[in-house]
Amino acid sequence: MSDHHDHGHHGHDVHVTHYSAKDYMIGFALSAILTIIPFWLVMGNVLAPETTKWVILAFAGVQLIVQMMYFLHLNSKAEGGWNMMALILTLVILVIVMAGSIWVMHHMNTNMMPGMGPNSTHDMT
Amino acid sequence: MSELNVSVTGGSVADDVSGRYIVREHHPEQGTLLGFWLYLMSDCLIFASLFATYAVQGRSYAGGPTGAELFELPLIALNTAFLLVSSLTFGFAMIAAQAKNLGKTRMWLAVTGVLGLAFLCVEIYEFQHLIHMGAGPQRSGFLTAFFALVGTHGLHVTFGIIWLVTLFFQLGKHGLNTDNFRRLSCLSLFWHFLDLIWIFVFTFVYLMGVLP
Repeated sequence: MSDHHDHGHHGHDVHVTHYSAKDYMIGFALSAILTIIPFWLVMGNVLAPETTKWVILAFAGVQLIVQMMYFLHLNSKAEGGWNMMALILTLVILVIVMAGSIWVMHHMNTNMMPGMGPNSTHDMT
Repeated sequence: MSELNVSVTGGSVADDVSGRYIVREHHPEQGTLLGFWLYLMSDCLIFASLFATYAVQGRSYAGGPTGAELFELPLIALNTAFLLVSSLTFGFAMIAAQAKNLGKTRMWLAVTGVLGLAFLCVEIYEFQHLIHMGAGPQRSGFLTAFFALVGTHGLHVTFGIIWLVTLFFQLGKHGLNTDNFRRLSCLSLFWHFLDLIWIFVFTFVYLMGVLP
């Protein structure tokens, strides 16, 4: 890290990750809480199954952001913004793959195989 | 760069631009980390397709056992704890490396490695237990998708541990030089990334698999 040259006062460009114990402790504490609650919800049968499903997915989403901020130190300035760009592109492809697969296969099940899909009775009225 | 040179041949404003681009290229260390980040993003897409497969096949039990019958949540909670704590201890290793404290870096690396190994042992026990019960990957679409997804994550952890042990000895031999620090930074990204994927494995596969 010490061999960084300061080219033409581009100090704001040179982003060097600083690892601080405080960041890791905050990230860990939040992650632990965000993990324990979904396990408790499912193991204790606290809410209705359908509600639980969406609540634990939301917890996973929040924990994803927490870990990216505090463990991966991701922000819009990391590597001149290219990390964030690559991440956004990946998320776009990811959503297309996930949502597309689930959508297509769900319709295949309900339309092509009446009587076998989980929601077929509902759709075949 | 050649394209840039062609376009900058006439004009003083363009000279300014080329100067700025050359400045950007003087950060080889950041180049490695960006490249490694791109690798992780491609890895992310592999997991996305495995998750999509599980989303489609996750309820195709073919008359076989369901997730609710197979999964032991206390065991999964223990495994989640191992992985989360190992993420924290890797953070401590990075802090020690930043402070140029070789002994402490290696100590925290070793702790991380042991936690990773504990995670792997529990997972291998789980797989072996499932296969022993006749719920192997060939039993149903659900179990094929399950073993593919969780197994791929387990393989990543395995390679992470091999990398970690290698780095442990590299650090012992060459100390905390620039190269080793860069390798440590990459492994740090990799290790935290595995923890990140695991969030979705325990939520999507185990917790939602147990729900009716």
